[in-house]
Amino acid sequence: MDLGPYLMLASLEGAVGAAVLALTALGLSLVFGVMRIVNVAHGEFYMLGAVLAWWVTSMIGGHPALGFVAAMVVAPLVVGLIAAAAERLVLRRLNYDPEATIVATIGLLYVIQQLALSTYGADARPVPAPIDFRIQFPWFGYSGYKLCVIVASAALMLGVWLVLTRTRAGLMMRATQYDPETARAFAIPVGRVYAGVFAAGAMLAALGAVLIVPIQQAHYLMGHDPLLLSFIVVIIGGLGSLRGTVLAAVIIGMSDGIISVFFSPTLAKILATLLVAFVLVWRPTGLFGARAA
Amino acid sequence: MSKTTAPEPRTTRATLTRRTALKGLAGGAALAAAPGWVPYIEAQSSAPLKLGFQVHRTGIGAAYGRWYDRVTTAAAALINEGGGIGGRPVEIVTEDDGTDPKRGAEVVEKLATQHGCDLAFGTLFSHVVMGSAPRAGELKLPYFVVSEGHHVASGRLNRYTLQPGITDVKSQVRAMAPWVTQNLGKKVTMIFPDYAFGHDHRDFFSEAVAAQGGEVIEKIAIPPTESSFTKYFPRIPRGTDVLYHVMVGPGVLTFVKELGEFYGTGARPAIFGFIDSLEAVDIATPGLDFLEGTYFWEGMPRYAPPDASEHEGFYRQRVGVDANGASMSDPKDIATYAHMFGCWETLHVIKAGMEAAGYQGPADRAKLIEAVEAMTGMPESREHPQGDKVFNGRTHQVFGHQFISRVEGARLSVVHKTSIEDGMYPDEVDYTTQPF
Amino acid sequence: MSRAVGLHLGLLAALAAAQFLLPDYHHGNLARIMVLAAFASAYNITFGYAGMLSLGHAMFFGAGLYAAGLAAEFGGTAAPLGLVLGVLAGAIVATVVGLLALRTTGVSFMIVTLMFAQAGFLTVLYFGEFTRGDEGFVLAPAARTVLGLSLADPATRYWAALCVFGAVMLGSLALARSAFGRVLAAIRENEERTRMLGYDVFRAKLMALAVSGAMAGAAGAAYALLFGYVGATFASIQYSILPLLWVLMGGAATVLGPFLGTLLMFYLIDISSSFTTAHMMIVGFALIGLILFFPKGILGTLRERAAPWLP
Repeated sequence: MDLGPYLMLASLEGAVGAAVLALTALGLSLVFGVMRIVNVAHGEFYMLGAVLAWWVTSMIGGHPALGFVAAMVVAPLVVGLIAAAAERLVLRRLNYDPEATIVATIGLLYVIQQLALSTYGADARPVPAPIDFRIQFPWFGYSGYKLCVIVASAALMLGVWLVLTRTRAGLMMRATQYDPETARAFAIPVGRVYAGVFAAGAMLAALGAVLIVPIQQAHYLMGHDPLLLSFIVVIIGGLGSLRGTVLAAVIIGMSDGIISVFFSPTLAKILATLLVAFVLVWRPTGLFGARAA
Repeated sequence: MSKTTAPEPRTTRATLTRRTALKGLAGGAALAAAPGWVPYIEAQSSAPLKLGFQVHRTGIGAAYGRWYDRVTTAAAALINEGGGIGGRPVEIVTEDDGTDPKRGAEVVEKLATQHGCDLAFGTLFSHVVMGSAPRAGELKLPYFVVSEGHHVASGRLNRYTLQPGITDVKSQVRAMAPWVTQNLGKKVTMIFPDYAFGHDHRDFFSEAVAAQGGEVIEKIAIPPTESSFTKYFPRIPRGTDVLYHVMVGPGVLTFVKELGEFYGTGARPAIFGFIDSLEAVDIATPGLDFLEGTYFWEGMPRYAPPDASEHEGFYRQRVGVDANGASMSDPKDIATYAHMFGCWETLHVIKAGMEAAGYQGPADRAKLIEAVEAMTGMPESREHPQGDKVFNGRTHQVFGHQFISRVEGARLSVVHKTSIEDGMYPDEVDYTTQPF
Repeated sequence: MSRAVGLHLGLLAALAAAQFLLPDYHHGNLARIMVLAAFASAYNITFGYAGMLSLGHAMFFGAGLYAAGLAAEFGGTAAPLGLVLGVLAGAIVATVVGLLALRTTGVSFMIVTLMFAQAGFLTVLYFGEFTRGDEGFVLAPAARTVLGLSLADPATRYWAALCVFGAVMLGSLALARSAFGRVLAAIRENEERTRMLGYDVFRAKLMALAVSGAMAGAAGAAYALLFGYVGATFASIQYSILPLLWVLMGGAATVLGPFLGTLLMFYLIDISSSFTTAHMMIVGFALIGLILFFPKGILGTLRERAAPWLP
């Protein structure tokens, strides 16, 4: 294929990847930023979102869009509830100690994975796309749904930004992130904010998964890659910077697509990985981070 | 060969139900009671033979492992109904290896030294085989893998490791090349995962195609960590006659769907794939309609062919699979039909080998290996429902027929069955010269 | 001889004696656990003592594994030389990575080490022609002999594992009690203040990483030579997370914590998988329970509550 169309295809693919990654990473960034903990089970919340989406869509008959819309509502809610419960029962008792949280969330990861394997099974199962059309360019065909994912993800991120900057809940979160002690002094229920943030982070992961599941299938091990990528995006973007997170997601998503045009696939992966490392070596606080990480 | 009075009515770990155990008991008792069948009663232990089953219950191989487990249970139940092995009932001891080579080695140790198994069998993923086989050799534990990897016949393993139930990838791929080049085209582009299994496909198929006067014009190796594939498809050169694909893992359906989206309604080359790309996936899944008219390798036809043998039908019924290759209890649960027969046939080879060797206990393990090495032809039968086979005792590898199927009306229909000779290649090792 | 030194020598003596008492299965397990505990101890140097949370130690373990494995496969080297090569490979890779990664701290350090390790893993796959990628390769018995004794033999293997583990553990003990160990602890507790006191923090951290890399390389080489298999799984991210888990479970910055954590984790999986197919669930709940009630790891909590002399 000629370079022009090839680059166009790679950019489209990169944009879809970036859109879902941004949403998932935003969840991690929120938790990371406000609570200062690494949630290793973040990828499992993503996986749960996809599995629940499969469940909901396979129970609701009729047009695929009906089931999909139901999944967009049900999956994040259920995942949010599970996350809030985990936060209250485990993380709070650990006093959000960073190292203890890593072990606890690794434990949570095993529990959720086993639950999915025992109930949902080991197969990768498809969810039908809510809309079914294909755009035929002169050089290649492209899924119309993938383009919708980009739009939907952008809309959801705008929503998150509005909540954080324009609502009382968002104000409380930002206050807690800035200084939990002072926030508590101003009668902000820091404990409940933490539970809410943890749930919201998981819900964003679940939303990302519901969007991706008509493209990729729901599988009980699918949480691994989104966790790593989100983690990288959050650090590259700069700790606690939501704008940085989104920009980093776009950079990483797009570069992954475009580097693959010029190098053999595995070599391209090696180079993309090293690129991330060198960005951090060069700017240890991330691209948009102000404070030391 | 000695017979026993009655097998102990001990139910086995997680695999045999009370009912099958009782059936086995009844069958064994009936056999033992039959006049003339009992040369010397009480000559040996009637304790069950313990066969260690190393299964991928968790990890990346879990979808395969589940069906390997079902087939093993069905085969063991059948063997026990028929009086067990040498009159002794069979107990399957199952251990999960997490599809991990380190845990695989530990599981082999556990089966040998903790459970006291007579042998181990059933491993599928080739990195787990490679990780586990050295330990099996050191422990002198017969190790029957069902992996389709070329590791056994390449000579890289040991005297105790055998693959008598499924043809290896080198043989499969060589058998495909003549048909592909004669019927689909001579310029081939290959897409395969960038690890050893994919490299075997790449190397053996390139070689076989060249021998047929064809050429592999592009080789696209996909990194195993990849979850989206569209960005690699523009690498497929324009002059490609045949696109050859083989993918494994949970990303396979994404891969095939994206391939369909990429070509869309435009012109495309002929497509030939290994069913691994769609194993355990329903062909009628939305988005796969473009596969209509493309071809797949199958180890055993998923959709019951009209001319299927009675043995195939018997096997299909016993492992609980309907004529469409799905579970009888859940039509959405698609079997790994092209591979899982290997467990059934392996267990029957083990039975034949143990009975030929007069196997009594772990002291006879070397005799068991020799008995299996002495095997040659395996006729199509209940024991070998996939078809007749030829076993090569020197390389410890079995050779069988392969199938090429065409997608027609969202079903796979067999269009070609290779001969066993198509897949033969010169020996690369003679394990029989190695000491025990 | 102090209480602490006595305890550690006592453990080694107990391990030496245990091989004559243990049934075959546990005998084999303990040999493997000792090799992996050496890896965990290596991790403990950087994470426990120097406070650097690395997610790239699979790369050092893998460097040792492949140095010993490839040298034996293509160069026909003997096992002792393989072990030396493994130590060197681990130390060199750790030093090179450290020169770059130590420009960062905290979570950025985690990501940089993770990325280098991932690049290392992919490199193993990329050179599949030599490494056989994920499938890996099996070492010939000839490459696995020491002084005419086969490492495939259970007794030889056990002694070899004990030697590697003993060397790494005593090395950790010496380091923990040395002036250098105290500098590392000072860096962990307050890096700025240590720098202001005139210590070369970068140099100390680089040395800690190199020592840790050498130990991890030794463990990797020992794994290849003792168990005869070399494969890419051991260079994957999973093997960067496992030592973190073992160390946290046993107790970070305790000399015996890594061994205890490795031992417990192994038997947790082994025992739970024999009575339920849902063994991951048991492991998960056990981890959560342990961290709720022993937040500093088992030995860390013990040291805090009962035995302050524990190194």
